[in-house]
Amino acid sequence: MNIAIILIILLVGAILTYLSGNRWAPKVAMLFAIITAIFSIALLLEYHNTGTSFSVQWINNPSVMFSLKADGLSLIMVLLTSVLLPIILLTAVSHTVPYEKLLYSLILFMAFAMTGVFLSSDALLYYVFWELSLIPIYFIVVLWGNGSMSKRRRSALTFFIYTFAGSLFMLGAIIYLYTKTGSFQLYDLYNANLSDTEQLWIFLAFFFAYAIKIPIFPFHTWQANVYQKAPLVGTLLLGALMSKMALYSALRWQLPIAPHAAHSMQTVVLTLSIIGVIYGSIVALKQDNLKRFFAYASLAHVGFIAAGIYALTLDGLQGAVLLMVAHGFGIVGLFFGSEVIYRRFNTPLISQMGGIKGQAPKFTIAFFLMIMASITIPLSFNFVGELTIMYGLYQVSIWYTILIGTSMFLGAFFMLHMYQLVMLGEVRKKPFADLTVNEGIVFILLTAVLLFFGLYSKPIVDLASPSLQEILMYVNR
Amino acid sequence: MSTLIAVSGLGIVCLLLEILNLRKILVPVTLLLLAGILGMTIAEFYLGESFFYRDDYNMIVSTSYSRGFSILFIILATFVIAMSPEFYKDKIERIADYVSLKVFLLSGAIAMVSFGNLSMFFIGIEVLSIGAYVLAASNPGRISSNEAGMKYFIMGAFASSFILFGIALVYGAIGSFDIAIIAEVSKAEGANLPIWFNMGFIMILVGLLFKASVVPFHFWAPDVYEGSPTLVTTLMSTLVKVAAIATLYKVVVIMGAAMTPAVQISIVVFSILSLTVGNITALNQKSLKRMMAYSGISHAGFMMMDLLSTSSDAANSLLYYAAAYSLAGIAGFAVIMAVSEGKGHENVENLYGLARRNPLLAGILTCALVSLGGIPIFAGFFAKLFMFTQMVDAGYLILVVFGIINSIIAIFYYFGTANVMFTKESVSESTLKVPVRYVLVASIAIILNIILGIYPSLIMGLSL
Repeated sequence: MNIAIILIILLVGAILTYLSGNRWAPKVAMLFAIITAIFSIALLLEYHNTGTSFSVQWINNPSVMFSLKADGLSLIMVLLTSVLLPIILLTAVSHTVPYEKLLYSLILFMAFAMTGVFLSSDALLYYVFWELSLIPIYFIVVLWGNGSMSKRRRSALTFFIYTFAGSLFMLGAIIYLYTKTGSFQLYDLYNANLSDTEQLWIFLAFFFAYAIKIPIFPFHTWQANVYQKAPLVGTLLLGALMSKMALYSALRWQLPIAPHAAHSMQTVVLTLSIIGVIYGSIVALKQDNLKRFFAYASLAHVGFIAAGIYALTLDGLQGAVLLMVAHGFGIVGLFFGSEVIYRRFNTPLISQMGGIKGQAPKFTIAFFLMIMASITIPLSFNFVGELTIMYGLYQVSIWYTILIGTSMFLGAFFMLHMYQLVMLGEVRKKPFADLTVNEGIVFILLTAVLLFFGLYSKPIVDLASPSLQEILMYVNR
Repeated sequence: MSTLIAVSGLGIVCLLLEILNLRKILVPVTLLLLAGILGMTIAEFYLGESFFYRDDYNMIVSTSYSRGFSILFIILATFVIAMSPEFYKDKIERIADYVSLKVFLLSGAIAMVSFGNLSMFFIGIEVLSIGAYVLAASNPGRISSNEAGMKYFIMGAFASSFILFGIALVYGAIGSFDIAIIAEVSKAEGANLPIWFNMGFIMILVGLLFKASVVPFHFWAPDVYEGSPTLVTTLMSTLVKVAAIATLYKVVVIMGAAMTPAVQISIVVFSILSLTVGNITALNQKSLKRMMAYSGISHAGFMMMDLLSTSSDAANSLLYYAAAYSLAGIAGFAVIMAVSEGKGHENVENLYGLARRNPLLAGILTCALVSLGGIPIFAGFFAKLFMFTQMVDAGYLILVVFGIINSIIAIFYYFGTANVMFTKESVSESTLKVPVRYVLVASIAIILNIILGIYPSLIMGLSL
């Protein structure tokens, strides 16, 4: 099967969703999301360790190919996107908003751009998709976000300029590589024969782009504001998928292109990631806004993943891939939980919540499971990922493991503390209706995925290993 | 050559139609004939020869470079003329003057890119400039329009005299006006040429930089753009600017021997200044026309980079940049005109709430601004990419660095402007009805821009 089909489905879906009008848009979008998921699963079944690729000339001069390649790693990310997409849509369908056709078409368009990022193996094509994913999310935050218009506009613009600035530095690096090698193709760039100084600058240019998008401390300042101001779908797209885009890119582009710099900068980058993990955990404790709270929790988790990637060991990379998938599903559960509470209580403030347990037993269990997954108790998917990353870091230095390990109990502390305040306590006057069917399905799907892979993560490891080994081969040359 | 003759003839036809009292069919006929000329030029481009050609004096030399740019100019002029009946509907009795002036201006632009002799070059510039002076002052009821015309005329005449003096100096050094001879002699003699060859080149350079409104020769631009009727501003910020840069490129190719390191460094400095001053001043503009003027100054800085290129597709990337920039400009100005109709000013408040009042226009303007900001998949992104690639190739990393920094600054005002259409409340919430001509022109221009973005080889694949 041609892998371009997935992109075409998503693009056609985005257009048809817009044309179908406000009434039908959610249904059409959902239909296309499910078709995409089915196709990407079919792609997985067809996959036999070699990877499929697709390539046509796009621009002659400079030579840009429209080339896509799906190896195990890309396939995992595409699957993550296409399986999360229906779930993300499901969180939104019961909630009517103005201009639905535009919202849903932007969501599908964003999925299109992100899938393109995961699949492309031509640097310029990759950059085009990377930038394309920025426009829909910007408008989703501005048009459907929460809070006052002027504040929302400011945080969206800050976010846009931040990430755009980072990307432009990456574009500079890509252009430099092109003039050096005469090609934008992935493997030509891998074999670019760069001097150590050149590698350092290129590594930093890429790092700037990715550190902003992941985000890694100290480039995270946009994150909490935007996560808080964005509507639920926007937060989910940002937290569950867009941050993965940058993490994936670090694996796919940054490390193999500038391997020496990756080694020489390892201490700095790892330190920043780990600071992010601890900083996120501590700042989360102080938050009274539930969405901000989860934003900082997410900052800690993505820092953990970044640490795994920059450990530059096979275990680190494998753990990072596992945790990427786990975090993708887990963060959807957490933010959706916060949205469920918000829809009923109409307040985002933790201090005004409480007493939900008595009124909504189903939601209590679902939310509890999500929290458990996020604080990495054994048998949860996150546990497998974090443990592998810690083992990977241990191979670099035991101190990294110890430092990052503190986040495990910090995480347990802040999450359970929050759970206590939000769910337990006196029953409030405000009624809290239990989960609706739609909401229930979201939680059941998420729990099933998290639990299944917590018990049996081998399929993902097997799928990712060949690609990761190849990347490591380039990193360690 | 046939293109130039046909366009000049078309200008006369416009005047004749007025005399024959056929004002009603004037614009349709002009558009139809322009489309015909466009088709002829495209055919000539692919055939590689002119349908009508005499080389007695080598005054006009049609090359694929000049034809490529002529095609762009004709498209731009067609867009502007297509909007004329709507824009001048209060003064429809003078439509023949407005349209014929624009056609003559177009003929000047075509002469500027296809000259074979420096005297023809000067005639082209003058035809273009005088048309632009008159058009800038074409709203005599408004004092700002008079001011614009006056300022533009005085400053422009000054620049023209620079060019003329420069041509004289070059003649003094070489002994000929013919560009083939100038190119040959200057290449052969090189440093042995008398100093006034270089002086002449620099004076021509200065004059053309003035026309293209490059910093530090830009002071006229914001006032003139703001004071002129918006349709004329559209024409000046797209066709006139692009024509000046294309001509400048041609002059630099002919007199390459005069591109001494000092001149190259000055071009680098002017380019950086244009980028930075243009963008930073644009940040705080209330008037959309002024914002577009300053944004145009920064784009001129980008286009200037091409003068330093050593690559074989420098001409292609210049044409690509020019097309990307001016198509987005036309679309943007069409929307600005549509929303400012009857308001008497072009301030940014006119855009408030546009997304609710007329989503199509808001979408088009957003696309135009995003393209100008250089975000894929719009042509503006690839235009910048090609420029950057060539600058890295030629070793001017500093220009790439400044280009990138300025692209970031530019996002503030492009997105700031796009933002207000979606987020600010307007006084009236009723659907905004706009003339169909504006919508049509804006949509076609932006669609062309996107097509160029999706398929850049359309221009990059040409052999210019």
